[in-house]
Amino acid sequence: MMVDMQTWFGIQQLYADYAAAVDTGNWDLWPDFFTDDCVYRLQPRENHERGFPLATLSLTSKGMLKDRVYGISETIYHDPYYQRHVVGAPIVRKVVDGRIHSEANYAVFRTKLDQDSTVFNVGRYMDTIVQTPDGFKFAERLCVYDSEMIPNSIIYPI
Amino acid sequence: MQEHPIHWERDDTSRIPFAVYTNPDSHKKELERFFYKNHWSYVGLEVEIPNAGDFKRTAIGERSVVMTRSQDGQIHVVENVCAHRGMAFCRERHGNKKELVCPYHQWSYALDGKLQGVPFRRGVRQDGKVNGGMPADFDPKDHGLTQLKVATRGGVVFASFDHNVESLEDYMGPTILNYFDRLFSGRKLTLLGYNRQRIPGNWKLMQENIKDPYHPGLLHTWFVTFGLWRADNKSELRMDKHHRHAAMISTRGTAGQASGDKAQVTQVSSFKESMQLNDPSFLDIVPEPWWGGPTAVMMTLFPSVIFQQQVNSVSTRHIQPDGHGAFDFVWTHFGFEDDTPEMTERRLRQANLFGPAGFVSADDGEVIEFSQQAFETKPAHRAVAELGGRDVGETDHMVTETLIRGMYDYWRKVMED
Repeated sequence: MMVDMQTWFGIQQLYADYAAAVDTGNWDLWPDFFTDDCVYRLQPRENHERGFPLATLSLTSKGMLKDRVYGISETIYHDPYYQRHVVGAPIVRKVVDGRIHSEANYAVFRTKLDQDSTVFNVGRYMDTIVQTPDGFKFAERLCVYDSEMIPNSIIYPI
Repeated sequence: MQEHPIHWERDDTSRIPFAVYTNPDSHKKELERFFYKNHWSYVGLEVEIPNAGDFKRTAIGERSVVMTRSQDGQIHVVENVCAHRGMAFCRERHGNKKELVCPYHQWSYALDGKLQGVPFRRGVRQDGKVNGGMPADFDPKDHGLTQLKVATRGGVVFASFDHNVESLEDYMGPTILNYFDRLFSGRKLTLLGYNRQRIPGNWKLMQENIKDPYHPGLLHTWFVTFGLWRADNKSELRMDKHHRHAAMISTRGTAGQASGDKAQVTQVSSFKESMQLNDPSFLDIVPEPWWGGPTAVMMTLFPSVIFQQQVNSVSTRHIQPDGHGAFDFVWTHFGFEDDTPEMTERRLRQANLFGPAGFVSADDGEVIEFSQQAFETKPAHRAVAELGGRDVGETDHMVTETLIRGMYDYWRKVMED
């Protein structure tokens, strides 16, 4: 085991809290899972594996995440929907200088009003987690998705 | 079931029948007349297949095609339909091969589509006699893959199933060609990556979206809030002589966010005058010499592609219909070989504004979906496109739907012929 039990519980809790938060609809919770100079990327697996830098979303500071929340809440016209994250058990790949590199599979289901629940976005989180005075935070969260075709649009955070 | 006929309320195109978006027979006719005959379609960028043997699978209309680069460096486009039993044999989306082989019966083709090998063509010798084989008059020359006519310009590759199609340059016409060459001047392109989305709406709605300067300042609140769009920006709308292609050219004023008595140019209910970005690097815009003035040129090349320059973000957006009620929309973002690392970063950062999750593009897909939903429920009804009059013509302002009327003017000529 690369991390002690307490750290392991902390990581598990971070993943669970994140999934719960982004499913609540209270988007203001989302940026607080990140450090100030964080990186959040949502990227097609194709670009990731072929070494193309383009991401569907590429946010490189907590301020940008807050701006995204403003966009979600105030400016981007969209069909309202529920989302539900199911996240697999994280795997710690390595720990370098206290930075924990971990991964977890995820599936996000989307439910639009009056509609069936459908598989929305499926992929893998590739994360860098750091300990801060406020607990564990994501220094990086890269969401690499298998889903070949985005079903029209992605508005809310994965 | 009798499909709803397409009835135009007026002689002009200011009232667009919902049935043009819902009628499956009309959709098939559009594929034949716009995608498979007389027109050029976008297939990709040369930089996607830089080396001999490279290939990329893509689509023209609803047909699967493969763009290849043969050993002599030539680019070819062939249909992904085996000449034998018709299988769509190419399953990978990209790669490098010496030849194209259909695994079903191992028919093999050169990268230009010529048939090279047919197993058991001359039969199988067994007990002193030859069993089976192709007839003596079987000529491999008659059984190649369907080869498309190919044209490249400025690093962009187009193809046509119609070998009698006019030249690409004539197809675009001088006005549109001028804006095409502005973006694709021959500088080598770099590939930044792809975004793919499936939009449940008729493919023409995406062409119309980029021919509609009425909506950006109203739907795209983000543009307005952060000063990227104002209805009083200096602007022009240009078309080819057939009115099928168009360019929306605009120059962002230095005034930035509209305020005070200028706030009326927005007319967006949720517009917030005082809103500031937490991280202004989204809008770290650096003018480039090749712009030559305009800060945004959005080109619609009918029927298959949109070329985007929105400040530092440049991309192609490929329309691939899938039935009358849906299309795949493939974004290819690129840069230029002489970009500094900072410029590449800037293009990638501004890409946040566009694509399936983009601050100003996600809502385009949404409104197309909801339009299609309504069209399906009352195909006898029609849409109104009368802003700026009922005629078709170029303008020096954005307060018009003339480009949409122009596209349907062309549509009617081709479809009602």
